[in-house]
Amino acid sequence: MIGVIDHGAGNLASVGHALDHLGLEWRAVRHPRQLATVDAIIFPGVGAAGAAMSRLRQTGLEQAVLAFLKSGRPYLGICLGLQLLFQASAEDDSPCLSVLEGRVVRLPTAAKLPHVGWNTVELLRPCSLLDGFDGAAFYFTHSYVVDPASPELACARTSHGAPFVSAIEQGPLFGVQFHPERSGEAGLQVLARFARQMAA
Amino acid sequence: MLSKRIIPCLDVAGGRVVKGHHFLSLKDQGDPVTLAARYARAGADELVFLDITATPEARRTLITMVGKVAKELFIPFTVGGGVASEADVRRLLRAGADKVSIQTAAVSTPQLVPRAAAAFGSQCVVVAIDALRHQQGWELFTHGGRVATGLDAVEWAQRVEQLGAGELLLTSIDADGSKAGYDLELTRAVADGVRIPVIASGGAGRPEDLVEVFVSGHADAALAASIFHSGRWTVREVKEHLQAAGVAVRPCP
Repeated sequence: MIGVIDHGAGNLASVGHALDHLGLEWRAVRHPRQLATVDAIIFPGVGAAGAAMSRLRQTGLEQAVLAFLKSGRPYLGICLGLQLLFQASAEDDSPCLSVLEGRVVRLPTAAKLPHVGWNTVELLRPCSLLDGFDGAAFYFTHSYVVDPASPELACARTSHGAPFVSAIEQGPLFGVQFHPERSGEAGLQVLARFARQMAA
Repeated sequence: MLSKRIIPCLDVAGGRVVKGHHFLSLKDQGDPVTLAARYARAGADELVFLDITATPEARRTLITMVGKVAKELFIPFTVGGGVASEADVRRLLRAGADKVSIQTAAVSTPQLVPRAAAAFGSQCVVVAIDALRHQQGWELFTHGGRVATGLDAVEWAQRVEQLGAGELLLTSIDADGSKAGYDLELTRAVADGVRIPVIASGGAGRPEDLVEVFVSGHADAALAASIFHSGRWTVREVKEHLQAAGVAVRPCP
C-alpha cells in the first residue's frame, strides 16, 4: 500500500489516477495514524513550500513522515516533495524536513521561470527509477531546485539555461524534480519502478 | 533542452467541445474526454480546456468533466472559464487539473492571483489575456473577449507577472478563428516583455503558423484548436514541421 501525502494543495488526484492506472493500491494520507498501514510514501508536487510545511506541522505529519523515513521504507518526493527533504527553501524562507543536507534555491538561470514543459534528463550514475531513460523527456513545472550539500546524491540532471539536479537517490529515498504522473508513458514507468522498491 | 509545447485547446460549452470563430459562432466538435485521450496519445504536450460560456452565464466549470479527463490523461492540462475565487481554483486542482486559467476575475479581483499563487504555487496559476489590436498597441478584453477594459494588454501582462502568475495564455481576438496565423507582433511584445512563459493562441491554420509563432513570436508554447480538431493536421505532422525548422520539440510517442 502506497500512502500519498495530502497536504491540502498538492495535486493528489493526478498521482492517484496514475497509480490506479498502474493497478497499484494507494491511500491518501492526511493524519499520522494513516501511515501505519503504508509501505511506501509518495509526496506529490504542487504547492508552495511554506504552506505545505505549516500544514504538515498542524496535522502532526511532519514528525510522522520523519519517523517513517527512519524506518527505511521507500519514499518518493515529486517536485515539492523532493524539495522538502532538504533543510530550507528560499521560496518564502521556509524551513523544511532537513532529512538531507542542502538548500532549495531559485534556479540560477537567465531563461524564463517557472521552468515549464518537457525537458530531458541526463543520468549521472545508475539510477533505480531512471535507468534506460537517459535523454528522455519529462514534464517539469517549477522555479526552485535542490542544491544538495553532497553532489553524489544527484543521479540525474537537467538544463534550463543552467544545469540543476532533476533526480536524487539515496537508499530508499527517491526524489524527482519533474512530474512522473504528468509525463506520459515514461512517467508511468518511473512510478511503477518506485512501486517495485516497495516489494524489494 | 526545454521543448516548445504544442497544446491542443478544447473549448467546451455544456460539456461538449466547440470552437469559437471570433468567439461567437459555436460549432459542436465532440466529447472532451475522448478527444483529450486521443490528443495525449498523438503526442500533445499539454491540453487546455476552456469553458468559454462560463463567465457570461455565470456557469462554473464542469468539475465532473475535469475529473473524467484527469483519469484518462497522463499529460498536464489546464482548465479555465469562470474561475472567480480561490475556492474555484482549489476545486479544479483537486478534481485533477494541473493549472487553472484566470481571466476576468484577475481584472476584477487582482488579489486573486497572488492569493492563488501563495496557496497552490505560481506554477498552477495561468492568467488568460485576450487582446484586440488598436492603432497603437493592444487592448485587454475580459469575459471571453466580449468586454473592453481600456487597459493595455502588454502592461497588464507585466502586472500579472508581478502579481505571481506562472504563465500567460495570450489570445489575439483579431486572429482567433481566422486560420491566418498568430498575431506575431502581439505575441512577441508580450513574450519579450515578461519573464514567465507565454502560450500563444488564436489563428493557427497551418504548421507554418506554429513555426512562426516560436521563431518570430518568441512564444514558449502554442495553443491550437481547429487545425487539430478538423483532422487537417496531426500533432505529429506539426511537430515534424517544427523539427525541420529547427524548433526543439518533444518527439511523439
